[in-house]
Amino acid sequence: NVNPDLASERQTASFSVEKLTAWLDGGAEHTRLRRAVVEAIEGDPVFSRENQYFQSQNERYEAAVRKAVHIQKKMHEMGWTDNGPEYKYIYRALAGDVAFLLHRIFMRSISMLGSDKQIDKWIPLASQYQIIGSYAQTELGHGTYLQGLETTAVFDITAQEFILNTPKISAMKWWPGDMGRSATHTVVFAQLYVHGKCYGVHPFIVQIRSLQDHSLCPGITAGDIGPKMSFEHADNGFLMLQNVRVPRENMLNKFCEVQPDGNYVRWGSQKINYFTMTTVRISLLADEVVVPVMKACTIAIRYSAVRRQSKLKPGEQEAKILDYQTQQEKLLPQLAAAYAFHFINDYLQELFNKAYREIQRKNFDMLPELHAFSSGFKAMITQYCTSSVEICLRACGGHGYSLLSGLPSLYTKIVASCIYEGENTILLLQTARFLIKCFMAASTGQPVPPSVAYLAAVKPGKCPAKNKLHFLNPDIYTKAYQHMAARLVSSTAAKLQNLMQSGVKKHEAWNQCTVQLAQAAKAHCHYITVKNFAETVEKLKTQAGIQKIMKHLCDLFALHGIFSNGGAFLHDGYISGAQMDMVTASYLDLLPVIRKDAVPLVDAFDFTDKSLNSALGSYDGQVYQRLYEWAQRSPTNKQMSPAYERYLKPLLHNNLSKL
Amino acid sequence: AAMAAMNADLRKERASATFQPELLTHILDGGAERTRRRKEIEALVINDPDFQHQDLNFLSRSQRYEQAIRKSSLMVMKLREYGIADPEEIFWFKSFVHRGRPEPLDLHLGMFLPTLLTQATPEQQDRFFMPAWNLEIIGTYAQTEMGHGTHLRGLETTATYDPATQEFILNSPTVTSIKWWPGGLGKTSNHAIVLAQLYTQGQCKGLHAFIVPIRQLGTHQPLPGITVGDIGPKFGYDEMDNGYLKMDNFRIPRENMLMKYAQVEPDGTYVKPVSDKLTYGTMVFIRSLIVGDSARSLSRACTIAIRYSAVRHQSELKPGEPEPQILDYQTQQYKLFPLLATAYAFHFVGAYIKSTYHRISGDISEGDLSELPELHALTAGLKAFTSWTANAGIEECRMACGGHGYSRCSGIPDIYVTFTPSCTYEGENTVMMLQTARFLVKSYTQVNSGQQVTGMVSYLNDLSRQRIQPQHVAARTVTVRINDPLSLVEAYKARAARLVEAAAKNLQAELNHRKSKEDAWNRTSVDLVRASEAHCHYVVVKLFTAKVSEVSNAAVCAVLTELCLLYALYGISKNTGDFLQAGILTDAQITQVNQRVKELLAVIRPNAVALVDSFDFHDVHLGSVLGRYDGNIYENLFEWAKKSPLNKTEVHESFHKHLKPLQSKL
Repeated sequence: NVNPDLASERQTASFSVEKLTAWLDGGAEHTRLRRAVVEAIEGDPVFSRENQYFQSQNERYEAAVRKAVHIQKKMHEMGWTDNGPEYKYIYRALAGDVAFLLHRIFMRSISMLGSDKQIDKWIPLASQYQIIGSYAQTELGHGTYLQGLETTAVFDITAQEFILNTPKISAMKWWPGDMGRSATHTVVFAQLYVHGKCYGVHPFIVQIRSLQDHSLCPGITAGDIGPKMSFEHADNGFLMLQNVRVPRENMLNKFCEVQPDGNYVRWGSQKINYFTMTTVRISLLADEVVVPVMKACTIAIRYSAVRRQSKLKPGEQEAKILDYQTQQEKLLPQLAAAYAFHFINDYLQELFNKAYREIQRKNFDMLPELHAFSSGFKAMITQYCTSSVEICLRACGGHGYSLLSGLPSLYTKIVASCIYEGENTILLLQTARFLIKCFMAASTGQPVPPSVAYLAAVKPGKCPAKNKLHFLNPDIYTKAYQHMAARLVSSTAAKLQNLMQSGVKKHEAWNQCTVQLAQAAKAHCHYITVKNFAETVEKLKTQAGIQKIMKHLCDLFALHGIFSNGGAFLHDGYISGAQMDMVTASYLDLLPVIRKDAVPLVDAFDFTDKSLNSALGSYDGQVYQRLYEWAQRSPTNKQMSPAYERYLKPLLHNNLSKL
Repeated sequence: AAMAAMNADLRKERASATFQPELLTHILDGGAERTRRRKEIEALVINDPDFQHQDLNFLSRSQRYEQAIRKSSLMVMKLREYGIADPEEIFWFKSFVHRGRPEPLDLHLGMFLPTLLTQATPEQQDRFFMPAWNLEIIGTYAQTEMGHGTHLRGLETTATYDPATQEFILNSPTVTSIKWWPGGLGKTSNHAIVLAQLYTQGQCKGLHAFIVPIRQLGTHQPLPGITVGDIGPKFGYDEMDNGYLKMDNFRIPRENMLMKYAQVEPDGTYVKPVSDKLTYGTMVFIRSLIVGDSARSLSRACTIAIRYSAVRHQSELKPGEPEPQILDYQTQQYKLFPLLATAYAFHFVGAYIKSTYHRISGDISEGDLSELPELHALTAGLKAFTSWTANAGIEECRMACGGHGYSRCSGIPDIYVTFTPSCTYEGENTVMMLQTARFLVKSYTQVNSGQQVTGMVSYLNDLSRQRIQPQHVAARTVTVRINDPLSLVEAYKARAARLVEAAAKNLQAELNHRKSKEDAWNRTSVDLVRASEAHCHYVVVKLFTAKVSEVSNAAVCAVLTELCLLYALYGISKNTGDFLQAGILTDAQITQVNQRVKELLAVIRPNAVALVDSFDFHDVHLGSVLGRYDGNIYENLFEWAKKSPLNKTEVHESFHKHLKPLQSKL
């Protein structure tokens, strides 16, 4: 019973949707596996999200805990394990709204920062849910600047214990998920003091709630930080510590340790303490950023193929809004971006796995590059995708504003990713620091990682394109991006040097260049994304139908970036005014081409209706019926509001005319 | 005592301002007397215990609706008690009572009553107006349907005249024809003005308005033949019962059609209305309100973000020194100050449209509609331009507040979700931009055929003069002085002219290739939207510049000039492609513009807090822990969080229900 407007879109696909899905999954077996997981989870009523949009914060939290608990049972039943191939599909199938995500980060930080002894002690307890963990780093007054954290852990030699304290209100831990109501333990980051000397921020395992009755432990004040823009299901918490003692062994000590006599020993880089964040930055991209954009595109594009408004030609039926150029120009670049970021995510995973293996061997050489990559891409991708989801939301007009469209929830959730795990501007500046350093090194002939080798070859030049078709050549646009990124890095580096040579102090010069530095970092990540997309398409040679449409998407992604940021390419004349007109023409020409495959391209993401949870985006396109049915289920229509008896009735019954 | 408790950073900021914020407040309000009166009304509301209530962030949707209804009914009574009747004063009162949020009587007060006044016959006014004025009748305005918003002619609801009973029979023939979205429809109203396709004597006469009773007076139950309810939860507008309405052979008397203009006589004869341009007037008025709302909403967000950035300290700028205020970081200034400048620009644009509307509304009532088309086209574009910019700007302010901006205590999530629908309602923004574009292309065509055009588009006249020399408009040289606002107005003008011309030429090229006008229009619409945006951008820069030149106080004039320059230069730096490609500015000038923007950030920095203080939002109205006037953020954040519903009990019931069994099972 598919809406004919959607059915017709599917009949004309230029490629096999099933094949594209399989390719995106990394092979048909993966698709099968993923579908099996999705089916098992969606078939279980405990995981239903049917009335999610009508629930209060308290109800959402309870549901999240219920699901988190039930998934343990389900995994056991199904024979899924934490290391099994199904595992990575579980979270996607649950579609968020599940508690204990910070519990995982708690475990990950122990696995990474803890000694073997600590891992043996804590990990079994945590994986058996004998304890529930959280990760308490951010404070009320400090997020970005970890060295500024104010929580203290003072070593008491006589008792062989650390004494943890929240010395002032701004030092209160604030935001950690699972901590407001659920957690029994948490990893607390605190300034370590031994013999009155401060050794900087270190992680400590602290019990905060009783394992018997869940009441707060002595010296602990904790609770929920109140309603947020989204994440109603998560009990983000606050934590105040007053003379809370933990044994010496509770400091995570794979890389450094306080010995019984108070002697402080270190084995690795201090930076390794932040490695958990680097890991999280990369691992969040797939589920928290790319999937939401794919969902938003699915909803907005299907709806745009069903929604008809105004007439394109007099006397004809009203047109599908997807046939309007302005609507295509809103949505199709977002669709291309969803694909681009799916591919860059694969690239980053690979880089990460390589670095991780090295770090396990205590070789930290790749850490700076990995850190720069994870920071810059996290910032660029979250910012881009957040704006993509918002564009999708607004492209759905009034109905997009209804929670039942699913889009507001996607937006309010993805938007948090611009802040958590590192505020984006700060992250871009970290990447910029790396780029400037590499640029300086490269210009003096020193070796640099291959990903930034292009910085060595900056020279003025002109784009060789002669007509609009030349801009469909990946070499042409990839070079343009490369040139633009290199120009921004080199001109900012030159400005920094000029300032310093004119006597401005280094830190002041840096601050004066930060706007440009952030732009340069973004340009670098954009360039790598375009290049990686083009290379991915190139490798696809065997699958003709798919390669062709992927090539269109790659072209669109690249040209959209040039079209909407024209000045950066025009600035030194690399692209001329006449060439910019060719870019615009090629870019706009692509829209109707991709439009033909728009619905199959979102179908290929293979989200079930339950996973989309959207009245506008279902596979069958029965938008209006569903909207009407769902609205009728709203509690506002089922329960009698006390407002009528209390206020409306007296109002309507002539209160005013007595005045 | 309150001053003594002020956060030291904010005290220092305020002490170092170079101008008196009150003077700027007077300019924004339109005079010292208006400011005094506004504050008087504000005090009436804020000191009234009847209007106190707990933090709305902790209430459910149904509780928020209930609070809103409670306050709305009190509001209507008190407005009359105090004898407040001036529309602007009513607006202030309402906005203080509801703290800038929508309320369930909005459509009754803002659409139902005014529509009765403008479209009802004297007989209908006698029947409906006083009961509605006294709230025995609460009405809404039901236009949008599930399947139709933008394209009014596509509405499907029907009203078929039955001469035998002298009644109209109203029907919602399809699911898509169900009325959807009208505020106050879901739970509050007992009447609605329904827009429906009129059928009489077997012919469709197009859209007309009908007064339809929907709920039983007394019991408030839906009438037979009426299905009505709430459309469910939304992104924002929690206090508003946006509703649906389905009608099945629902009959109303002939006299319930609003018949001041068009009429259906007892025998079914249809009498045509005189002119339909009159509706332009209402649209101009409502869209001018949205421009003002863009300014206010962005100002609120800027106030919160800038005060917070002055109180928040993070990281280090200089090694070994205390952590600086985040407002000292160039990147933070670059996020916030252009938005601050934008908020001021939009305030002045809103005031301009309002006064222009009032100026020509006398002409309108005398039947002189000559200025209306341009004003209509201009406000459509400016509505879209300002609401898009403010929408994005509010989010940037929120993100500039980092994690705490995401908490509802910051107040910015609420500003955002309340504001963002204005990109859609009263004309979807892309559609609005295309309406403006239609006017621009028309003006361009007129110029091309040798006619002069007047008003804001008069720069198009220069294009024809240009054409005497055989060079492209883009090739003409504008000597831009980047520190002279008037010269920047010229640069924006040149950019608008270039983009209008390019869009018009592309449209012509498409027309030369294809037959259909509509197809050509559609294939050029991305260009057309860009042209409209450039036109609106020019108008904003021009109006801001003009306003600044009127300011007599030297200190205020100086700071506004800096903001105006920042607004204009930042706009160039964000759209360098347009200025480079058209040859309006050179590479070297663009580099200078970028540099000058950063210098201006540093120049504005000492006045940033005073500039948001000048917006003069009361803490109660701002509703933000981060944006408090006294800057005492952290202790109040903690106090606020303790009130969260999840903290009602120390151990949440989920522990006993789920966690404990889990721990014992494994």
